[in-house]
Amino acid sequence: MTKSPVWLSERVQWIGALDPTMRSFDIILKTPNGTTYNAYAVRGSEGVAVIDTVKAECADQFFEHLEAIACYDEIKVIVLNHLEPDHTGALPELMRRAPQAKLYISQSAQLMIKALLNQQDIDFISVGTGDTISLGDRTLKFLHTPYLHWPDTQCTYLEEECILFSGDVFGCHFCDERLFNDKVGDFRFAFEYYYAHIMRPFREHVINALELISPLPINIIAPTHGPILRDKPTSYIQRYRELSGQRLQSEVNADEKTLLIFYISAYGSTTQMAQMIRDGAEQVPGVRASLYDMEGGDSDLFVDLVEDADGILIGSPTINGDAVKPAWDLVSSFAKINVKGKLAGAFGSFGWSGEAVRMLEDRMRGLKMRLPLEGVRIKLIPSSDELEQCRRYGQEAGEHLMGVNAPRVLDMADLLASRKQISN
Amino acid sequence: MSKYNITFADINTTVSVPRGTRIVEVAEKVGASIPFGCKENDCGDCMIDVLDGAANLSAPSALEIELLKQKFGKPNNRLACQAMVLGDVTVKPA
Repeated sequence: MTKSPVWLSERVQWIGALDPTMRSFDIILKTPNGTTYNAYAVRGSEGVAVIDTVKAECADQFFEHLEAIACYDEIKVIVLNHLEPDHTGALPELMRRAPQAKLYISQSAQLMIKALLNQQDIDFISVGTGDTISLGDRTLKFLHTPYLHWPDTQCTYLEEECILFSGDVFGCHFCDERLFNDKVGDFRFAFEYYYAHIMRPFREHVINALELISPLPINIIAPTHGPILRDKPTSYIQRYRELSGQRLQSEVNADEKTLLIFYISAYGSTTQMAQMIRDGAEQVPGVRASLYDMEGGDSDLFVDLVEDADGILIGSPTINGDAVKPAWDLVSSFAKINVKGKLAGAFGSFGWSGEAVRMLEDRMRGLKMRLPLEGVRIKLIPSSDELEQCRRYGQEAGEHLMGVNAPRVLDMADLLASRKQISN
Repeated sequence: MSKYNITFADINTTVSVPRGTRIVEVAEKVGASIPFGCKENDCGDCMIDVLDGAANLSAPSALEIELLKQKFGKPNNRLACQAMVLGDVTVKPA
């Protein structure tokens, strides 16, 4: 374990903590190499800035490193790029030891910090893109980069040295006491894994942040987890650009929209429904509808398709009062990407109770998808009238997808009545 | 009870609702693309543009005004989880 601070430059030190034995992070991530909580100190001619802190359990390492390079009364500024407890655990104690230091947080962090510290009268200054603070001969400039991966996240740029303190962006869970990317060995899997689980759901926000970051000259990227990127730092920015782009080459024209119809079927009824829905949707000019049988696929592969699709329909029979596992696996995989605002719907055949469709609809509504139509539920084998109902449903879904649906005038009482009837 | 029309411009859908209905109560049921998070004036996800009839919504509370300010809301923005329909109104996601 490193016992002393590490110099990034004459004026910038790493004062973070190593956590080599951690094996799972935030419940969702496996961390075979443990992780680091990177915090930094910047010394200007008029005082010291501390950028981020560490997890509470690792505060001793942080304070030991800090004390080795500065006195508490020299600390003029504390910057928090991200309020998650693994970076703010040592904050209350730091504020107690350096009461004169001013706290700088992003505008979106204002509501969170009070709940985080359970303290209403906390003093802080909120900053946004372009705001700067001077440490005399060193200047910190802020970049508003929300949702990477919390609403509050921001980056801080040290202008004179072209160092980007990027928060969790460009980070990864990989603990190695050699700290720098040109020293620690191969950590690519950790970098990719971190992006896939932490940043990928916020793809649009990643793209916006890259717009802000790309024009800056950069010598070092100093994230809050994992290796400090001083060797070819811009290659990591380039990698984020690739990862936030489309996974697959799109075969769809600009005036077309894609509707993916996933289905699974025990006796073929839900399959018949899916085919008719596809036929109905294809009648709407501009809709590219495709069928995928979940029985022969894997949600890990499907999720790449869903990420770029405009609309998703899921067909599941009802078995034991529930949708079947492959359908839930698919919906569960949506947490890895952003599905907010995508058109969605569900359909399926059932034997006697038929809960699956409404359960899937409720779950997708909960994921902030858009469900303008009530999905089709058909008892056992679809009749020709019922298949026509499926075709109409597909057509209406296609029309909503293309924004050409006829104006609807509804009454709230009817909406409530139809949902009540369904739940009965 | 008097009823009024709320139109969701993004999905070309108008719903006749009783006076005092919160927009959130009807938006999800018709599949309007307004995303909802906390539904309690905290996350700001459900911010909407009021295209017509802004005066026909209930007045924003001090807390809603404060949150809209923090979320860089414009004068015609409201939160769909808070605003109640008191007359005809047309909205779309912000």
